[in-house]
Order: sequence, then C-alpha cells, then structure tokens
Amino acid sequence: MTNDFSRREFIKAIGASAAAAGTPGILSGCATEPATPPKPIGRVIVIGGGYGGATCAKYVRMWSARRIEVFLIEQNSQFVSCPLSNLVLGGSRRIEDLTLGYEKLREYGVQVIRDEATEILVERKRVRLKRIEDLPYDRLVVSPGIDFMYDQIPGLNNAEAQKLVLHAWKAGPETVALRKQLEAMPDGGIYILSIPKQPFRCPPGPYERVCQVAHYVKQAKPRSKVILLDANEDIVSKKGLFTAAWNDLYKGIIEYRPNQEAKDVDVKAMTVKTEFDSFKGDVLNVVPPHRAGLIAQQAKLVTANNRWCGVNWQTAESVAVPGVHVLGDSTLSASAMPKSASMANNHAKIAASAIVAIMTGQPVNPAPTINNTCYSYVSDREAMHVDSVHRWMPEKKALEPVPGSGGLSSQRSETEKQYADAWARNIWADTLS
Amino acid sequence: MGAKLLAAALVAATPVGAAAQTPYANAGRDLAASCAICHGTSGVNAGGMPNLAGQPKDYLVLQLRDFRDGKRPATIMHQIAKGLTEEQIDAVAAFYAAQKTR
Repeated sequence: MTNDFSRREFIKAIGASAAAAGTPGILSGCATEPATPPKPIGRVIVIGGGYGGATCAKYVRMWSARRIEVFLIEQNSQFVSCPLSNLVLGGSRRIEDLTLGYEKLREYGVQVIRDEATEILVERKRVRLKRIEDLPYDRLVVSPGIDFMYDQIPGLNNAEAQKLVLHAWKAGPETVALRKQLEAMPDGGIYILSIPKQPFRCPPGPYERVCQVAHYVKQAKPRSKVILLDANEDIVSKKGLFTAAWNDLYKGIIEYRPNQEAKDVDVKAMTVKTEFDSFKGDVLNVVPPHRAGLIAQQAKLVTANNRWCGVNWQTAESVAVPGVHVLGDSTLSASAMPKSASMANNHAKIAASAIVAIMTGQPVNPAPTINNTCYSYVSDREAMHVDSVHRWMPEKKALEPVPGSGGLSSQRSETEKQYADAWARNIWADTLS
Repeated sequence: MGAKLLAAALVAATPVGAAAQTPYANAGRDLAASCAICHGTSGVNAGGMPNLAGQPKDYLVLQLRDFRDGKRPATIMHQIAKGLTEEQIDAVAAFYAAQKTR
C-alpha cells in the first residue's frame, strides 16, 4: 500500500462515526461529509464504469466508511444500460430512458475521471491514462466488458463495414442506429440477427431481441421476417418460454435457425455466410464472438482460451496478477454463471467486500453468496425471468449454484413485466446512486 | 443517503470489536448486497418492489422460510430462498431490520 495503514486509525475513524450515531443532532450532517475527512488508508482504482465497475466503486466507499480512496476511470460521459436496450428496438423505451449519469457516485466520494486507461503497469502498480498523468493504486479493479473478435468475420473486419452491419450488443449509439435501420426497412423486409457460440454476453439477449424486433414489425410492417441465426445447436436460455412466446405472439414472423455460425459477411450483397448456407437480408445485425476488454488483454489478465480472465471467485482477484480484481463479462465465468448485469453487479460486491477486508486487516467472507436475476421482455406487456443462487464452496474452492435453488418463470406474464421494470430501477439505483 | 451510509458504517464497525473468534461478521451485509439488484441498496427500494429496510427481523425470517418451503406463493422468491441456509436467512433478516428507511 502506498499509505501506511494503521488498524488503530481505522477503528478510531469507525468509532467516531459510531459515536456520532448516538448523537441525533449531528447525525445528518456528519454522515454525508465528515467535518474532518479521515486520512485515507489506501487507494483503489476501478477501470470501467459499467454494472461491475460503478457498483464496486460505490461499495468500496460505502463499506470502508469512506476510508479508501476510489478513482473510477470511464471513457463515456454517461452510463447506458444494456439490459432493456432491446426495448429501444421494439419501440417501448427510448435510449434516454436507459441513460444515466455518474454524478451521484460523487456523493459517495468516488472520483469519477473521464479518461481511458491505456496500460496497466502491474509491477509499479500504476495505471497509464490517455488524458492525464498516470495514477498509482494499492488495489486495482478491472471491469472493461467485452471486445468483439472481428477477425473471426473477415468481411466485417473494417470500420466501413461495421457502420453498415451493426452489433448493437453494447447499448448506446448502435442501439439507436439499429432502430433507425429497422424503421427504414420496407414492409416485407428481412431482419437477420446472427449470434456467436457460447459464452456470450447476456444468454437470453438474442432470443429477447428477436421478440422485440418482431413486436415492432408486427405492428409497423407485418409482412416482414425476423431470422435468428444461432451458432449454438439450440436456444441457450429460457428455451420453453421463448418458444412459447414465438409461437403465441410471432408465428410466421420469427424463424429460428440453429447451428448457423456466421463465418463471413458480405456487406455489398447483404448476406451472412455460414458453413453451408448464405442468408440475404435487408437489415443485418451480426454479433461477433467476444473476449475480455482490451485493457485486460494488455495487462495479461487473460488466462483462458486467449479470451477470458480467470479469477478466484471468493474475492474476484485475478489468478494471474495479485492485487488486481476482474469483474463482469471479462471473467471466465464460474459454473452455470451467465455474463449478465446482475452478475457483474454481484461480482462487484464480492470484490468490494474482499478489498475492504484486505485493506483493513479483516477476514474476508468465507462463503460469498450471490444471486443472478435476468428478466426478458417478449413484448411491451409481458416478461419472464431466470434466476440462480451461487455460493462459494470452500471445500471445492469454487463458486457453484446451490443445489435445489433457482429456476425459471412458470410462464411469461404482465406481473413479471412489472418486476422487470422494478429490477431495472433498483439495479440502476444500486449501481449508480 | 446520509442515514444509509452511517448505517453501513455502523455495520462495518461490528467486526472490529468482535475480534477474530466470530467467524464472519458481515455475512448479512454481504448477502443483502446481492438482493439489492431488486430490493435496493441496503433494502431501501427504488420503486416497484417491497421495501426491506427496517422490517422486523422475525417477520423477514418467517417470509424467507415460507418462500423456501413453498408456503408463500411467489414468481421468483421461492427459487431464491431455496439457495439460503438457515444461518444466512437469520443474518440477512438481522441486517435489514437494522437498516433505516430513507
């Protein structure tokens, strides 16, 4: 650590706020901004302000009673939620509804820096940045999300092609641009979504997306077709629930084609080529295979298949680089763990708890337990969920689903649509405010 | 937010005094953090879900057991409650009971 941490100092600081609690008169003013800010016991830098990074920044501040300095490095000025972004394609939400600021994190004392981390100097425990001088840390959190492996789809491996054929698998400008392409598509047009083999971000996402696009064309251009080219041999999430929705709501619109991995795209001919077939569409939406974000690759945090970062799931600390925690979609998922916003937010809490414990000389949680909850909207009215509970099993040294727990909706419903909306409000508030 | 932060500070303060004999003092806090994706940070709900902060501990323990045992109908909580041990139910209920509503 750069700052000499004294355990006694920490106890003193905590004791001071505890004493304040017994004095109602000073409670409100004191808790928000202590009159004399305690000396920091160290610094955490968080790279990436998505569901993982933003949550971790907040919880390290909260759980250290503001004794640990936190810098959050994020390139974008605002947070745009991937969950619910398929509803922008369907037309029941606007991108503005899913766009949130970072300003409330500042109320926790998180120092939000709009910049890009270009290099991690692990030996010197410093992060090099594009705009400002490099910053030292005591512990580092890397939560960069995914990068796309465009080299796997040669026809898309250039910037021009990527402007015509979108992924919209990171919410933001691409989401809006894809919606515009759908609006410009003629009635009777063909929309093609191509998705890679597992693991990919948001397992139910592709199946929800075709529901949302079908929901839009059913009203606006009902002679159109929605084709899902799935590189996997079958629907990978909520199969029964999605199949029922496609049959009940979008019969004759959605066509599902398993075992169709995109090998190439011809942007002039507007075709997606698979091993034996070629599919021509009016709007092509191709999601390439993913890997851990660039900065994780650069810092040698990638340990699995040249794609994912292995971590110890008790602490979310990298198995390759001590003192560095990796969160979210960049990680090599634990058993039955999806790459989801719920999981990234929960990884953040595993990391925050461990970081605060380690930096204050406390024991770490011997059995972290987290849950995953993912809702999918099949229209503007109905949704359904999948959930699971994962516990660190000390004897196996692995984070595993708890036997007997978790499950799926019995059926899609309007009630679950209300819960899905509430999930969004709460995870957004938990991550950013 | 002030009360919430202070509450978190108080909870964080517990293990310091409790020393090393007690196994892990933040079990309730850490588990509740996982529930926050639907129920809000420290059980203070951001809209559309039951508020758990400040609910009596016995009530919360009973609800979680009823969800787990299928006595209280649910869309999702029966599936999640089955993932919790008796000790975890006790710890998370105690944590929520100690939280202040905003």
